[in-house]
Amino acid sequence: MSAPILSIHDLKVEFGTRQGVVKAVDGVSLNVYRGEVLGLVGESGSGKSVTGLSILGLIDPPGRIASGSIKLEGTELIGLPEDELRRLRGERMAMIFQDPMTTLNPVLRIDTQMIETIRAHENVSERAARSRAEEALKRVGIPSPAERLLTYPHQLSGGMRQRVAIAIALLMSPALLVADEPTTALDVTIQSQIIAEVQQLCSETGTALIWITHDLAVVAGLADRIAVMYAGRIVEEGDVDPVLDHPRHPYTYGLLGSAPSNNRRGEKLAQIPGMTPSLANLPSGCAFAPRCAFAQGDCSTAPPTLTHDGSRAWRCFHPVPDREDVR
Amino acid sequence: MLAYLIRRVGQALLVIAAMATIVFVSIYAVGNPVDILANPNADAKEMAEISARLGLDKPLWEQFGLFVWNALHGDLGRSFVFNEPALKLIIQRMPATLELAFVALIMSIFIGIPLGVWAGLKPDAWSSRTIMSGSILGFSLPNFWIGLMLILLFAVQLKWLPSGGRGPTTSLFGIQVSFLTWEGLRYLLLPAFTLALYKAALVVRLSRSGTREAVLQDYVRFARAKGLSPTRIVLVHVLKNIMIPIVTILGLELGSMIAFAVVTETVFAYPGMGKLLIDSIGRLDRPVIVAYLMMVVVIFVVINLIVDLLYAALDPRVRLQESEG
Repeated sequence: MSAPILSIHDLKVEFGTRQGVVKAVDGVSLNVYRGEVLGLVGESGSGKSVTGLSILGLIDPPGRIASGSIKLEGTELIGLPEDELRRLRGERMAMIFQDPMTTLNPVLRIDTQMIETIRAHENVSERAARSRAEEALKRVGIPSPAERLLTYPHQLSGGMRQRVAIAIALLMSPALLVADEPTTALDVTIQSQIIAEVQQLCSETGTALIWITHDLAVVAGLADRIAVMYAGRIVEEGDVDPVLDHPRHPYTYGLLGSAPSNNRRGEKLAQIPGMTPSLANLPSGCAFAPRCAFAQGDCSTAPPTLTHDGSRAWRCFHPVPDREDVR
Repeated sequence: MLAYLIRRVGQALLVIAAMATIVFVSIYAVGNPVDILANPNADAKEMAEISARLGLDKPLWEQFGLFVWNALHGDLGRSFVFNEPALKLIIQRMPATLELAFVALIMSIFIGIPLGVWAGLKPDAWSSRTIMSGSILGFSLPNFWIGLMLILLFAVQLKWLPSGGRGPTTSLFGIQVSFLTWEGLRYLLLPAFTLALYKAALVVRLSRSGTREAVLQDYVRFARAKGLSPTRIVLVHVLKNIMIPIVTILGLELGSMIAFAVVTETVFAYPGMGKLLIDSIGRLDRPVIVAYLMMVVVIFVVINLIVDLLYAALDPRVRLQESEG
């Protein structure tokens, strides 16, 4: 296999808070290859968004990248001067966000917001940039793009705005697109359209995609590989089908079990007992142990290391028995 | 739009009428201007003559009725002191005050916005803390004291700038203005700065809080993810968003700067409308006071109208609603 487009190694991101230093991301390692779709799954506060933001160097104080390495197409991003990082952003790596209502600047027209992106990276005329912007809107399925360019964000629907954001992110044909729950705020019908469009656009250009979500159904249909995060760590990783069909980490197992579609109507919905632990006050050992049905004494002594099995890996001392299907 | 204009003008007329009535009656209650106008040695007969000439011997309701009748015909009365139409006196002084207010406005924008945006971008830097502490001084130091200190420093000690009065004027479209020549501008600097300081402090606070709020917004994060330069993010994405509240406040403040630059104009012996007002109050020159305050209402209404239009220019969401409504 060729070299990965993105290679994260042992990334640690900390936030200084009143309760002390919080490790939002604690030793995450990931590889993403050309044209691949990686689903990064986890609950709120699991560190998935922070991982995405660190790739683009968008972690704001009080947060900071404490250690680790992030390589994009071989270039080390951590410690790169801000100006060089800025040039890579939007050009080689792009990001779209959850709420299309707020990602576009409300007081600037769509054309301004698109043209400025092109001209931040390339020395092209306004006219050339405009025609490329129009082309990009057409590609994401926006009807009459020339007219849409002259509108303000509030004149477009949520789905349209997210399409515009996607068009902006893909303007420079980046090597990597980080999508942070981009369909969570949208209707289900629009959601599936947008997913299909992003999937198609990325496969056309070979753009690698990291799709951050808490929705396993989305990942099942979209991703090639999946990484499940819990309390700042990746607890299970592998190709989508084996992980979703036969999860080995009890957290993945519980997550799949609590999807409403896996429950019988009228029965009480299955849920993972307990709550996500506070990152400021993590249990020693496995962070999931207090909620885990499979936990034993040794789980709370030291954090489990990664167990590899072929293309998949998990971080658990007592994994769910192999071949146990999720019901 | 037309309905909106009519409503605005209607409101303005109502306020003008109420204002005129209150001021007219209350100044009547304050005292008899004849006591001030007449020669101290004048006897009762002379006093009665002056009183009759100015129409002050009639009962209040009759004086007021006459005033309303004349006002409806565009005559706001003649100054007791100068024996000239009150409106003409005010309009003569207006360019001086407008000039002062606009120079002060421009100063407060050019001082306030850069400092405020800087303090908003770097809230923890010592420079920002200095700016914010300074803005408290700008708020709390009394206007006249700042004026006096500036005179002491720049006029008396350093002798760089004149201590008061208005500089030489040149004619611009038939209006006498002094800001076109350096010599004239020199006279404007100190009073305008005195007037601008409080507004600048206000603008610093507004732009700082606006900036702090804006930089946390998703659109700023997205703009950064697009790879825009920090300069463009601040000057285009942030600034355009924070201008909306600043324009609103500055509009109102401009009105008060034009109408009530009284203290500053007095300290600098600046021959503007505020000086005229304070002199007229001292002499109980009722027609000038009433006309002045009616004028103030008109100024406020006009400025509010301009602010609303600017608002629409800055915020596309407002624009759309107006074209629909």
